[in-house]
Amino acid sequence: MTLSFRRRAVNAVMLTLTGVCTFLVAGVLLVILGYLAWNGATSLSLDFFTKLPVPVGETGGGMANAILGSAKVLLLAMLIGVPIGFFAGVYLAEFGDSAYSGVIRYATDLLNGVPSIVIGIFAYALVVQPMKHFSTLAGGVALGIMMIPISLRTTEEFLRAVPVSLREGAMALGASRSRTIFTVVIPAAKNGILSGLMLNLARVAGETAPLLFTALGNPFWSSGWLQPTATLPSMIYNYAIAPYDDWHRQAWAAGFVLLVLVLTVNVAARFAIGRGSARGRS
Amino acid sequence: MATQPATLSPSSERSFLQRIRSGDAVAHTLTGMAASTILAVTILLAYHLWSGSSLPRSAFGWSFVTGSDWDPVAEKFGALPFIFGTLTTSLLSLLIAVPVGLGAAIFLAELAPRGASDALTFMIELLAAVPSVIYGLLGIFLLVPFLQSTLVPVLVSTLGFLPIFQGQFFGVSVFSAGIILAIMIVPFIISVSREVLLAVPQDQREAALALGSTKWESTWKIVVPYAMRGIMGSVFLALARALGETMAVTMVIGNKPQIATSLLAPGYSIAAVIANEFAEATGNMHQQVLIELGLVLFALTVLINGAARLLILSTKAGGK
Repeated sequence: MTLSFRRRAVNAVMLTLTGVCTFLVAGVLLVILGYLAWNGATSLSLDFFTKLPVPVGETGGGMANAILGSAKVLLLAMLIGVPIGFFAGVYLAEFGDSAYSGVIRYATDLLNGVPSIVIGIFAYALVVQPMKHFSTLAGGVALGIMMIPISLRTTEEFLRAVPVSLREGAMALGASRSRTIFTVVIPAAKNGILSGLMLNLARVAGETAPLLFTALGNPFWSSGWLQPTATLPSMIYNYAIAPYDDWHRQAWAAGFVLLVLVLTVNVAARFAIGRGSARGRS
Repeated sequence: MATQPATLSPSSERSFLQRIRSGDAVAHTLTGMAASTILAVTILLAYHLWSGSSLPRSAFGWSFVTGSDWDPVAEKFGALPFIFGTLTTSLLSLLIAVPVGLGAAIFLAELAPRGASDALTFMIELLAAVPSVIYGLLGIFLLVPFLQSTLVPVLVSTLGFLPIFQGQFFGVSVFSAGIILAIMIVPFIISVSREVLLAVPQDQREAALALGSTKWESTWKIVVPYAMRGIMGSVFLALARALGETMAVTMVIGNKPQIATSLLAPGYSIAAVIANEFAEATGNMHQQVLIELGLVLFALTVLINGAARLLILSTKAGGK
């Protein structure tokens, strides 16, 4: 009787604790969102989207240059990372049954696990060192390299999910292998691949570490692709660690804008793919 | 040729096949080239880290990782405080995140109804999508003041006799960095562990319950051990992420290269020192030393990711 009581008590206590753990984590999420939304929304104004940063001491100003800078860096990253990842994903899903594809998979996993700051060092060595100055291009290369593994993985996963009967149908009609792939299989997997791309973009949009010594930063508009540029995440970092209250407000506004963007894309993409199958991240 | 269909003449047959083959060959080559690019990028990355740090490797050798003096101006480079800071913050974060994450995964996999479990998991996975610089922002303005006003005074008054909770607390510290990291890695542990728990066959649970065990006993003594390798895999993945995490740690660790017994003292991490000093490195040697730190970080994460993948693959392949 006493043993049974002890076992029942342990049962109840431990099961309750697991529930507490769950709601602790969910609570942290709510606190983060709530605190950020409160501070961000109260700091946000139209100026944030339209004006340049102002020097220390003046109030007001915005981060228009950083928003554009982030967009430019992300565009470059997409142009670099997505084609490589996409075609390599097609290779692994459609032609990849050799030992060589095992090697590619291993390299992709390796690349995916490399800390983003190390990717930054790599982009510095690839672009900044030979060109002798920091640039939007270098930031794009850094984020582009980070996009490759996820781009590959989502492409491969969604191509493999296309039913074999579709391929067989196309082949039976006399289509060649490559024609089957590009006119039947890829269109069938299009939604999944596009959602994966959005998740991938959202992931690198918040990356700061690889931009610190590639895109660097810039208090003004950055013209062209070969000048340093401000980006939203690096502005959050610089403004948050500065000792000025007005800068802190700007950092909250920037954080809020960034988080809203990232979470909206995540929610939308995950719903588009269907919950549970969205394995965009490692 | 005699066995080919009579409707196609041999010559048109050949050109038809050739056309198909050449199209396939083009697609094969093109996609194969993209795949090879990834291999090339990975090799080039390792090569740059290796060749970019040749100066300090020949100058300091292994004393680089055992020395604890860091003075770039005097060209004294000992990386031990950074390695120490990276390891302590990561281990501290695991110490917090593993029990909480495993508890939540058990709740989500074993107790919660499937619909609620999916919704909660979806929410928790969103936590993993929050950029690290935003965790840093919240660390500076939400976590550090909270620690200073509430948690640390309580810890010091109850556990202050322990050497790890002694000394002055300035807010920025190894302790703060560990907590921020724990919040960042807990979603990974939950989402992977929940999945491996859900993959445990139902008859394992039923057999345990039929023998008279309570729900908790069946979970803790049967289901969790069955899924142990996958759970360990999730922990390793989380550890790899914690080791390489830069922004959030840089913003709350205090950036002071010292090795202190107390968790409440400021510290420094490998990723943080690269982030702070790389763009303004004072000379060739300084920059190469930072690249060598990148190499150390790269090697650590490659090892740990490899171990994680092996563990997760082995559970998927054959259960225990």
